[in-house]
Amino acid sequence: MKKKIAMYWGAGCGGCDVSLLGVHEKLLDLLGEVDIVFWPCAMDFKYEDLEKMEDGSIDIAFYNGAIRTSENEEIAKLLRKKAKMLVAYGSCATEGCVIGLANLYAREEIFDAIYLNNETTPDGKIPSHELPEFLPVLKTLDSVVKVDAFIPGCPPPKPVLEAALNALLNGKTDFLSNLALCDECPRRDSKPDKLEINEIKRWHSSNDDGRCFLAQGIICMGLATRAGCKAECITASIPCTGCMGGVDGLSGVSAMSAIASLINGEDEEKERKIIESIEDVVGTFFKYSAAKLLPYGRVKDES
Amino acid sequence: MARIGVFVCHCGLNIAGVVDVKKVAEELIKEKDVVYATTYTYMCSDPGQNLIREKIKEHRLDGVVIAACSPSMHEETFRNATRDLINPYRVEIANIREQDSWVHEGKDATEKAIKITKSLVEKVRGNYELEPIKIDVEKRALVIGGGIAGIQASLDIADAGYEVILVEKEPSIGGRMAQLSETFPTLDCSQCILTPKMVLAARHPNIKLLTYSEVTGVDGYVGNFKVRIKKKPRYIDVDKCTACGDCEDACIVVVPNEFDFGRKPRKAIYIPFPQAVPAAYVIDEQSCLGIAPLRCGECASVCEANAIDYDMQPEYIEEKVGAIVVATGYDLYDKNKLVEYGYGEDADIITSLEFERMLSASGPTQGKVIKPSNGKEAKKIVFVQCAGSRDKQHKPYCSSICCMYTAKHALLFKHHVKDGEAYVFYIDIRATGKNYEEFIARVMEEERINYIRGKPAKIYRQGDKIVVEGVDTLLGKSVKIEADLVVLAMAIVPKKDVKEIAKLLKVATDEHGFFKEAHPKLRPVEAVTRGIFFAGCGQAPKDIPASVAQASAAASKVIAMFSHDKLEKEPIVARFGDACTGCRTCFYICPFNAIQLDSNGKAYNIPALCEGCGVCVAACPVGNIKLPNYDDEQIKKMVEVVLE
Repeated sequence: MKKKIAMYWGAGCGGCDVSLLGVHEKLLDLLGEVDIVFWPCAMDFKYEDLEKMEDGSIDIAFYNGAIRTSENEEIAKLLRKKAKMLVAYGSCATEGCVIGLANLYAREEIFDAIYLNNETTPDGKIPSHELPEFLPVLKTLDSVVKVDAFIPGCPPPKPVLEAALNALLNGKTDFLSNLALCDECPRRDSKPDKLEINEIKRWHSSNDDGRCFLAQGIICMGLATRAGCKAECITASIPCTGCMGGVDGLSGVSAMSAIASLINGEDEEKERKIIESIEDVVGTFFKYSAAKLLPYGRVKDES
Repeated sequence: MARIGVFVCHCGLNIAGVVDVKKVAEELIKEKDVVYATTYTYMCSDPGQNLIREKIKEHRLDGVVIAACSPSMHEETFRNATRDLINPYRVEIANIREQDSWVHEGKDATEKAIKITKSLVEKVRGNYELEPIKIDVEKRALVIGGGIAGIQASLDIADAGYEVILVEKEPSIGGRMAQLSETFPTLDCSQCILTPKMVLAARHPNIKLLTYSEVTGVDGYVGNFKVRIKKKPRYIDVDKCTACGDCEDACIVVVPNEFDFGRKPRKAIYIPFPQAVPAAYVIDEQSCLGIAPLRCGECASVCEANAIDYDMQPEYIEEKVGAIVVATGYDLYDKNKLVEYGYGEDADIITSLEFERMLSASGPTQGKVIKPSNGKEAKKIVFVQCAGSRDKQHKPYCSSICCMYTAKHALLFKHHVKDGEAYVFYIDIRATGKNYEEFIARVMEEERINYIRGKPAKIYRQGDKIVVEGVDTLLGKSVKIEADLVVLAMAIVPKKDVKEIAKLLKVATDEHGFFKEAHPKLRPVEAVTRGIFFAGCGQAPKDIPASVAQASAAASKVIAMFSHDKLEKEPIVARFGDACTGCRTCFYICPFNAIQLDSNGKAYNIPALCEGCGVCVAACPVGNIKLPNYDDEQIKKMVEVVLE
């Protein structure tokens, strides 16, 4: 019997839906094995269709995007009820992704920047009718409902997605690597014996010499980020930014701790300066996981 | 299910005077797995220790928390007292004295004591039973530096029957002490008391003397160091050289002699000083004309012993040793930095060590005190103490020996120049050693030396004289002295290459570059890195008796280590899982070189080398490294109970 699957798009960019098509000819094999019962982005389904389904009648529901509105939350809960297995698909659903950086600001500040004090929006006003509520903070799927499996990545890279679909359709959930990206990095052998950072450089303003990015002083999250993507970005000469999430807790926490210990400026004062030269610490280390770092938003300064 | 006992110490009134110890015990007995809790006046006393032993037996305890003073005080005491009954790593100390009763008062202190003790109960709950790690020990020692400290340490270790490799950078051993004329306070001739020890070290069957050699690499760990040593080419076969001096007479190149700070000439082939050990010549390859390309060859043609070999190459040797004594000694602070005292511009302003050479019978003036600018006898000398020491602009610390040697200098000067006049500028007189104060008193009174309390403000030349201007702070009067010679008691600083040696040995240096001991009071001769010991001025400025005492102390530590066939070591060492991706972060940061990479680039550690500091645990970006009994989960629980 064909498995029934569903795919829903929460607060996200749509890249995840496209990534499912990105498995190319494998999609035909997939379609042979499954019935798609709900995929609003690709086919014409209405919420009523979902509501009418029997509880637990969907075999696997994929949820991509984060929980930003009351609607996102409602559908997440509905899918949880209707599906035997709920899978967080992509970085937004798993860790909140780039839009999770919104948790650095209060809802009012966000509205102010978007609708009111914005040069391209003259006479702006905050829309109010008949719209789902914009929640005070952005949440990940697992903070709203129980999640059975996570497919990380922004969007999930092809090799990860193929392994995930293959495993999930066979009832397994252990498809993720336990190693960090360094393990499959094409630049791995260019690591110097003693890796030390004397200066922090930014990727776009330095001449990449083809060696390990960290050895060049360019922050690469690969050392704390889960392997599996086959180092697509690094192959394209771009340092890892950590979309696959951490191997041991949040990749940002691990990477900060590791990179800080690689910094060598001879004395504390110089080391402090090197550390301070890192631009946008949260955006660098928690680009994909700020919603996990700040699940309740930013704590107000007490002073 | 654990069975944990909690023992709360009163420490007399130290703890009980502030903390309600009864309440701590009452609260703790309510904790899960705590089956017994009590208090006692002095837990560390004999009856206290017995109480713990009795209760372990009575309640079949498998974990113990002692709420008392700092673990650095009595952790070992309690673990040893119960070793036969319970694994030492199931015994933990909750520090409710230094971290609580001594710094807090009232109800808060009791509350904090309860929280600290509870958190330690959490820790014990997660502690594994561990056994010490046994490691082999190579019973040979390396001593770096052949000054008095290095010589003494070598002799002591060698006399105990163990082999010593004594490495000295210079062509002769002897170090700074060989440069001194007399020593304070007894006025023994420095050479006369040192030379026999130098000869003894060279002839000792257990000492392998490597002069003109440098340590270039150190691998391994306590009991098992692998040391690489570079023997610089001396161009003379030490065994053949008879030190007859014919070569020196034949040599046509004249350069300044370093041993006399350039105030005496030497040849390109030379012996640093007459009593040098080994008593053999050396060719200075910078100035010799015989070394590639061969242009001269005069010395070889007169050497009857055939000891000269212009083709000698550096030789690299590797030695395995179990312990290392570092006795690298000191330099003087760079005199050019004291612009206010005009050094570098004037020949008649010299440093204390140059003055020592001047006083020495074998020195550049054969003991005559002269004005270097014109060679005439100096009649009036100003001695300036704390030149660069106790000065935030230069070195904030006290160099420790300058008060004493300046007094000696002044005294010797008066003996050499009967009608001479000596002035000493000083901040304070620090004469703390045995018979030191008496010596100072004698110099001040009997020798009629003028001690002026104050620092010179300005030193400059006026015609034939060096003028020293300052303020006598006791009299509140300004002073102006026209002197023939000014002697600066320069600050003592570590040797230039100390940083490299520290790096090789993986030992720390303090903010001034001196080697850092494991504990300033209780472990003053050891490095934190096991198997490495310090002696002499490399660790801090000190006089000869203190250097010799520290050298003997370091030697006795080495001998104690060598008296065991196996060494025991704390089992709290990092443990590596199988999720390593070879990012090398741990490999880079490990301060003890304990981490190595396998053929796949994955990290593992050598338990014997690991000190359990936990740096790698925190740095590992994939959580692959754990420290037993300091597990993340354990620490989280400890924090949780504290925050409850």
